[in-house]
Amino acid sequence: MTELAYQSLAALRQGLCQRTFSAREIMQAFQTRHITHHSLNAFITACPDAALQVAADDADARLAKGHARTLEGIPLAIKDVFCTRNIRTTAGSNMLKTFVPPYESTITQKLRDSGAIFLGKTNMDEFAMGSSNTTSAFGRVVNPWKRANDDKPLTPGGSSGGSAAAVAAHLCAGALGTDTGGSIRQPAAFCGITGIKPTYGRCSRFGVIALASSLDQAGPMTKTVRDAAILLEIISGNDPQDSTSANIEVPHFEAEIGASIKGLRIGIPQEYQIDGMATELRELWHTGTQWLQDAGAEIVPVSLPSTSYALPAYYIINPAEASSNLSRYDGVRFAHRVTTNDLWELYEKSRAEGFGPEVKRRILIGTYVLSAGYFEAYYVKARKVQELIRQEFLDAFKSVDVLLTPTAPTGAFALDEEPKDPITMYLNDVLTVTVNLAGLPAISVPAGLTKEQTPLGLQLIAPHFREDLLFRTATVIESCACFPYWKEG
Amino acid sequence: MTIADPHHWEIVIGLEVHAQVTSKSKLFSAAATAFGAAPNTQVSFVDAAFPGMLPVLNSVCVDQAIKTGLGLHAQINPLSIFERKNYFYPDLPAGYQISQYQRPIVGEGWLEIEPIPGTTRRVGIERVHLEQDAGKSVHDLSPQETYIDLNRAGIALMEIVTKPDMRSSAEAVAFLKKLRTLLRYLGTCDGNMEEGSLRADVNISVHRPDTPLGTRAEIKNVNSIRFVAQAINFEERRQIDLLEAGQRIVQETRLFDAHIGETRSMRNKEDAQDYRYFPDPDLLPLRVEQNRIEHVRTTLPELPDDKKRRFMETLGLSAYDADLIVSEPEYAAYYEVALTELCQHNVSSSQGAKILANWFLGDFFAYLNRTNIPIDTTPLTPARLANLVRLILSNTISGKIAKDVFALMTEEDGSAEEIVTRHHLQQITNTSTIEQIIAEVLGQEAEHVAAYKAGKDKLFGYFVGQVMKATKGKANPQTVNTLLKALLDRT
Repeated sequence: MTELAYQSLAALRQGLCQRTFSAREIMQAFQTRHITHHSLNAFITACPDAALQVAADDADARLAKGHARTLEGIPLAIKDVFCTRNIRTTAGSNMLKTFVPPYESTITQKLRDSGAIFLGKTNMDEFAMGSSNTTSAFGRVVNPWKRANDDKPLTPGGSSGGSAAAVAAHLCAGALGTDTGGSIRQPAAFCGITGIKPTYGRCSRFGVIALASSLDQAGPMTKTVRDAAILLEIISGNDPQDSTSANIEVPHFEAEIGASIKGLRIGIPQEYQIDGMATELRELWHTGTQWLQDAGAEIVPVSLPSTSYALPAYYIINPAEASSNLSRYDGVRFAHRVTTNDLWELYEKSRAEGFGPEVKRRILIGTYVLSAGYFEAYYVKARKVQELIRQEFLDAFKSVDVLLTPTAPTGAFALDEEPKDPITMYLNDVLTVTVNLAGLPAISVPAGLTKEQTPLGLQLIAPHFREDLLFRTATVIESCACFPYWKEG
Repeated sequence: MTIADPHHWEIVIGLEVHAQVTSKSKLFSAAATAFGAAPNTQVSFVDAAFPGMLPVLNSVCVDQAIKTGLGLHAQINPLSIFERKNYFYPDLPAGYQISQYQRPIVGEGWLEIEPIPGTTRRVGIERVHLEQDAGKSVHDLSPQETYIDLNRAGIALMEIVTKPDMRSSAEAVAFLKKLRTLLRYLGTCDGNMEEGSLRADVNISVHRPDTPLGTRAEIKNVNSIRFVAQAINFEERRQIDLLEAGQRIVQETRLFDAHIGETRSMRNKEDAQDYRYFPDPDLLPLRVEQNRIEHVRTTLPELPDDKKRRFMETLGLSAYDADLIVSEPEYAAYYEVALTELCQHNVSSSQGAKILANWFLGDFFAYLNRTNIPIDTTPLTPARLANLVRLILSNTISGKIAKDVFALMTEEDGSAEEIVTRHHLQQITNTSTIEQIIAEVLGQEAEHVAAYKAGKDKLFGYFVGQVMKATKGKANPQTVNTLLKALLDRT
């Protein structure tokens, strides 16, 4: 039965429609694996088994009657940053340890309305701040992959590490993540799955707990590129409850799967060849370029000269917005509260206990860069850099259709080898943050392995609202790579 | 030591007025805004800043700000930006207030005031911006606890900032009254100061004329026009006293204590909070197209200044009367409905306008004050008052009888005409009837008539009084005069 869990979302959907197997059988397959893979710690909150079985039976009844919706009976995992009605939503923080939202995020609602069943809420870095899933108040997540030469637990990446590990370990048919500086793509690369960060404004942020509002964007994390296309099409679209969501038509993304890339111009940005990039990754990037060329694409070297300023700019804008976004966790109305008789003590103690060290660090940085006397030097300058980066991308897209880069500078590192200083840790995001700063869509596709047999991903970047080009190009890489998805043993 | 001469000091005043925008729902949420609801019953998840909630701009509030800007002859900015003003307070759920900082929706404009009758003066408007109100902390329900009511949290406010153009408390008062009237005409703020719909921060400094401006103090949150005057007067005295004693003014925020009529220091510049303003990433820049402005312009009512001018120029009202009638839109509306009613009965407007104004501002206002009945619910409808005035103009009743009719109208149903008939109050104009009464009166007053004949002319007034008394005041006084004279001369 575990074979069902290995299948892609598209295959499950097809099997359900053809009644090859039932939603209940799929559910049982995943539920069994949840028990056996509990040690990955991919979930913070699992939905109760009985409720899941009822949901699966309902799906089977609809399928039997021919009333199936697009995702009828498909079990998904949801990053614990999406508010889900009556299901605890923690954002990986002690601050929200007992928070049960009385409302549903727009995009989880869309998934529910399509018939998907939520297995549970996945583990994540606290308030999505981190690149290794070690800042979660609910314990670190372990990547199902192991290096060939040792047995050390590896990071799944972050911040959507729980979702990535859950998809990679076949604990769900697909998952939702959020990406503020690489939080979908980097864990996707580390866990050998596909992850797409859509264009800023493509998906509603309503009901998604904010990290940095101008950069946050939700997206699917799946085994295959087709699965990502299926999910993205469902969760996309304008939402009157999110003023920053775009009023732009959502294309039929799945139709792009297998479409030709003949004549497509692929840009290779020189500045992404950074120091410290693993040799295998350099080779993989070259191989990937070759695959696309062989499929008929034209390869064009491009320059994005401001790339090296992206990381510092990102680590100003992100904490600035985060420091303000997190002010609402003051212990007054909801969230963690330390009872005292003094107002300022209430604030200080509730926040001191509720937030972990990385969150506190970003609140401090953010408060600092927005302060009088520093605002111009940091925040305003960072916004100028952001505009420069955006402009350079727009210029580059005058001569190319899609950019190809690696997703992360290395493969997954061992959890006990995690960089101790935050700056080195932040370097993990160096290839992904530019995309968020520019609001562009980008996808990470599993494309190869390191010497130690751990996954590596390639990243494709497209102009605003051209996710269709990403799906088309990513399919080529996917089929050329024949990536060996993780299996036990 | 020199004797303090206040004439050597010039006082410089600027106002920041917070006006609650008239709108059914809040600035960024669909929650209701009605005053006086039970605590925390008009709060959405957005207002309470629950995780993942996002603000969505209420376009009605934007139109109201545009309308206000147009009423203030101001520039409407095609692009404005909502920013976050960050600070912690229990009644500020998000930990930041969404406001407009560097780019407000409305730019420079002006409002004309008339602090002394006949002398007008323009007060410059610096800007008007939109922002959220905070909730309310209630400290007096329990000795230990503070209660929070978020009904007000997120309600739209317009902050109207003047230039430092006012030079006395009288000018500041004139400005506030004028602004309140304007906002009420525009329908963009109900101007209800008791309910907190209009509050002012007062910036005030003193200096010698023709020298640089002095250091200013800001008096926060003064919630009545009377208190604004008191606060300014106190602050003016305090600052002049300090300067004359050779001391310096500290830049600070002060509070007005209405109980003692004084201001006291709240915090000085050093303790000033750093609000860390930055553009709110949850909201797009607000773009206002020219055609939207033009559309709002078509909804503007006749503004109080224009109305006053028209009342004076075409109706011949005095500036004083016109001012009073125009001061509240409900007054003007009542007066104009009554006037229209009057003109429908072939009364020319210039003929009726003045006498209607007298009745409206005289007996009618006195009645409103006495009874405390709101003008829009009084049983003395504009049609009824117009009817009364028409009876005076047609000589059906005298002005004196009209006062009695008015009093009866406040107690009885029916038109003035019906009341006059019911109580037989029609004026007696018939000559023979009056002659007969005069004859009867003179018949009973033989001694006085003799005295009159003997040269005691002053008795004429006495005879008039007796005749009026005999007719219960209903005889036409002119006719009585003429006929009495004739009859006395004949006898």
